[in-house]
Amino acid sequence: MTYTTAIFYFFAAILVFAGLRVITARNPVHAALFLVLAFFTAAGLWILLEAEFLAITLVLVYVGAVMVLFLFVVMMLDINLDKLREGFWDYLPIAGFVSVLLMIEMALILGSRHFGLDVMATPEPHPADYSNTKELGRLLYSDYVYAFELAAVILLVAIVAAIALTLRRRKDSKYIDPAEQVKVKRNDRLRIIKMKATQKPGAGEGGA
Amino acid sequence: MESVGMDWSAIQTVAWTLIKIMALVMPLMLGVAYLTYAERKVIGWMQVRIGPNRVGYLGLLQPIADGLKLLMKEIIIPAGANKSLFILGPILAIAPALAAWAVIPFSDTLVLANINAGLLYVMAITSMGVYGVIIAGWASNSKYAFLGAMRSAAQIVSYEIAMGFALVGVLMAAQSLNLIDIVQGQSGGAHQWYLWPLFPLFLVYLISGVAETNRAPFDVAEGESEIVAGFHVEYSGMAFAVFFLAEYANIILVATLTSLLFLGGWLSPVPFLPDSIVWLFFKIGFVLFLFLWFRATFPRYRYDQIMRLGWKVFIPITIAWIVVVGGMMQTPYGYLFH
Repeated sequence: MTYTTAIFYFFAAILVFAGLRVITARNPVHAALFLVLAFFTAAGLWILLEAEFLAITLVLVYVGAVMVLFLFVVMMLDINLDKLREGFWDYLPIAGFVSVLLMIEMALILGSRHFGLDVMATPEPHPADYSNTKELGRLLYSDYVYAFELAAVILLVAIVAAIALTLRRRKDSKYIDPAEQVKVKRNDRLRIIKMKATQKPGAGEGGA
Repeated sequence: MESVGMDWSAIQTVAWTLIKIMALVMPLMLGVAYLTYAERKVIGWMQVRIGPNRVGYLGLLQPIADGLKLLMKEIIIPAGANKSLFILGPILAIAPALAAWAVIPFSDTLVLANINAGLLYVMAITSMGVYGVIIAGWASNSKYAFLGAMRSAAQIVSYEIAMGFALVGVLMAAQSLNLIDIVQGQSGGAHQWYLWPLFPLFLVYLISGVAETNRAPFDVAEGESEIVAGFHVEYSGMAFAVFFLAEYANIILVATLTSLLFLGGWLSPVPFLPDSIVWLFFKIGFVLFLFLWFRATFPRYRYDQIMRLGWKVFIPITIAWIVVVGGMMQTPYGYLFH
């Protein structure tokens, strides 16, 4: 067993364990944290495949942003586990159907003789100064530029749609506009007037 | 492919790497200790006080005394807390704060790991620092801690975007993600530093850095006058000290990155003086002083104003400037942006 294979099995074991715990952990926060561990370990495996850019982006996007928001939401929910378990047997048939379908799909791809280790040659390891990031960028903006731009537009539409669906303005909300608050200058709020002292200096001391 | 087992050269590599890591982390921890001293002294002077002056000459042993005190104290785990996550919180806070230093170069050759995608690595690792805060806040099972964690999560995720876009400007100018290449792209004197062509991005990066590290005036995650001490209110002794170490290690990291990316790193500002690591330390010290100065000067931002600043001001500025840089690079004036 070579060094890289040992590392692969170490990471793979953690990944499988974390994946299992995501669905078996009773506490949803624990489950979300195990998903974080799974993502991070998967990134380690991708580095073994010399896909540094994708690995780092996986950590940056999924671990650094998506899962934070996930945790954010999960922590605020008051989840009743008994209620969640209620429909388990009702949903079992459809869940079983979906998982059998998934298994068949995976078997078709992974088990077929077109994708075996003996068919696919081991890719040549790249030299140390080979920049994964640069190559990906070059491909994305030349050969695949239309597909890339199209995906970007679809994502933008999805963002706009999601905001449009959830945005509601309540009439009775006491919303304040921070932009207007920031713009306020002294003269809008404060007026300095000159007036005569009503008391002689020194006369009213000790009262307050 | 090396084989596992008692391979002498492999053991030697591991030992040598461990020594190098220690040589990096030990001065960093010392730097953290004396940054707290500098903070108390500088803010003391700004507020016409003396600051620590009892332990050692001019109070120089004060951070050591503070560290010893925190080591001796008991770590109290609240009864309703989630024990394993409560312990995991500080660990997850300090691990990314230290791991990010692996790719930080101190000169052309002095770097632990010189990797191609160094800048991307730093961004990815520092983005994980938020887990320490939210896990600590949630596991404490305390309302104040939880409020602090929620505020911090929203704030860090928002400012990370502006920070990332600011870094996109830098990598466009340098045409590389390697930190050494980025510094070398700024050679030729102070007027070549990315500070000038990327000035709006520099400001956004610096201010976002303050927000990312939960420092005043963006310290709503701690906000002592509102939520006691925020996410670490239930922590005591060394567990609290670890949060403290992580925060200050992050501050030094942001100061170092600012120096490397915008202020020319170890490059000398004038041609007749040699490049040296001393310049880097001087620049880091200057940025750190700015951090302390901010804290002594500005009152705390309100939460909704922080969100407005991040989303409605910084992100549009960075996107606009990226377009400007990209557009200018197509014109004869592209050399201004390197």
